[in-house]
Amino acid sequence: MKVIEGLYYSEEHEWVKVVDGKAYIGITEYAAHALGDIVFVELPEVDIDYDKDETIGVIESVKAASDMFTPVSGTVVEVNEALEDEPQLLNEDPFENYIAVIELSDINELDDLMDSEAYKNFCEE
Amino acid sequence: MNELKRTPLYGEHVKLGANIVDFAGWEMPIQYSGINPEHVAVRTNIGLFDVSHMGEIFITGVEAEQFVQRLVTADITKLKEKQVVYTMMCYESGGIVDDLLVYKFSNEKYLLVVNASNVDKDYEWMLKNKDSFNVQINNESISYGQIALQGPNAQTLLQKLTEFDLSEIKFFYFEEIQVNGLNCLVSRTGYTGEDGFEIYADEDTIVSLWQTLVSYDEVQPIGLGARDTLRFEASLPLYGNEISQDITPLEAGLGFFVKLDTDFIGKEALVKQKEEGLKRKLVGLQLLKRGICRHGYTVHDLEENEIGIVTTGYLLPERDYSIALALIDINHASLDTKVLVKIRNKFYEAKVTSKKFMNKNYKK
Repeated sequence: MKVIEGLYYSEEHEWVKVVDGKAYIGITEYAAHALGDIVFVELPEVDIDYDKDETIGVIESVKAASDMFTPVSGTVVEVNEALEDEPQLLNEDPFENYIAVIELSDINELDDLMDSEAYKNFCEE
Repeated sequence: MNELKRTPLYGEHVKLGANIVDFAGWEMPIQYSGINPEHVAVRTNIGLFDVSHMGEIFITGVEAEQFVQRLVTADITKLKEKQVVYTMMCYESGGIVDDLLVYKFSNEKYLLVVNASNVDKDYEWMLKNKDSFNVQINNESISYGQIALQGPNAQTLLQKLTEFDLSEIKFFYFEEIQVNGLNCLVSRTGYTGEDGFEIYADEDTIVSLWQTLVSYDEVQPIGLGARDTLRFEASLPLYGNEISQDITPLEAGLGFFVKLDTDFIGKEALVKQKEEGLKRKLVGLQLLKRGICRHGYTVHDLEENEIGIVTTGYLLPERDYSIALALIDINHASLDTKVLVKIRNKFYEAKVTSKKFMNKNYKK
């Protein structure tokens, strides 16, 4: 299972990549594989503030709808609209296809997340 | 908690890397390569299904015909030898015990193929209603394996394995023939809306046939995930969704399969329902924006009053909008009526459509 170094990871199998104070968030390959064929993504709304662990969107496979939680608090400043037309991008390359960009309201929250090594161990448990 | 049962093909599923789930007490494959590619494989080529969990109950004896007629909504007296009929068993209330296939060997021997989740209930229902009928009821579910080969190229492939001319098996007929040198019962039936066959045999034969069939490159093994999307797209009902003990065949739009001029358990209730008119009806729905309607979501009128429930819904391959079957108030059931489906506490506009989501590709 692919895990990329330098990213932060949540126990809900999301990744966070921080660039210039903004957090790109997406789902990991583990999550994408567990969900199966992803056929629909309900993206968060731009300019809305979300608290850590709040539901920001929904990822739907053929069989089921799964909530997506944000691993960090902040304001959504951008969403990946390509996923509306091509939700399968999340299966094809979940690390290249972020879901939303959040302007972090509390950078210290990143300390609660796992690094790639810790996440790899978490997945193996 | 009872121990989960395994079909004779369990080891084959594991070998193929299937995701296994608990279904009606059975450990069954939900998918191999993915629900969407499996769905498309059956529509365009050939899919192979393990349906060994289905129940096989034999009714034999001099009054077999009369007894089966008492149990089911079809006109059993019209059935020819080696013919199969899709039918239902009803309660006195008109609600449905189960839907099933009846295979006629002779006036004194019938095979009833029932849903895995209902085998015990159905068997008890038959025993309870045996009364003074001179018949034997044998639940032989354990000793039978069953596979289905479905898709536009199913016949061409299966023909390679048998000397029997398969074109002689008409739609909803069966033959007892040899496939790959092994004795089986082969019917031109299925649950996908495509041409194809269901094959019944003992466990060893089923394993051998599966191994042979799956070794062909053009054969895709299909899990329960795509089995459900395929039957749904063909608008074929699933017990527990479109039909149940609380839903009658008439409400489910299955009146064609109910012969009210015969005598069966539940007939009086259905005659009365027909006279009084239906209060609710199974319809097709199509969402008008993106999203997915799913089983159990509520349906509302434009004032947001609840008017029914989604019985099955999906976003299917190669479709832009989610479609569903829904049981709704008859006053909102006419074509093109606008309704709302509640998805995660938000209302999505949908319209009532025909239940005919696709043209079935049967060889009749």
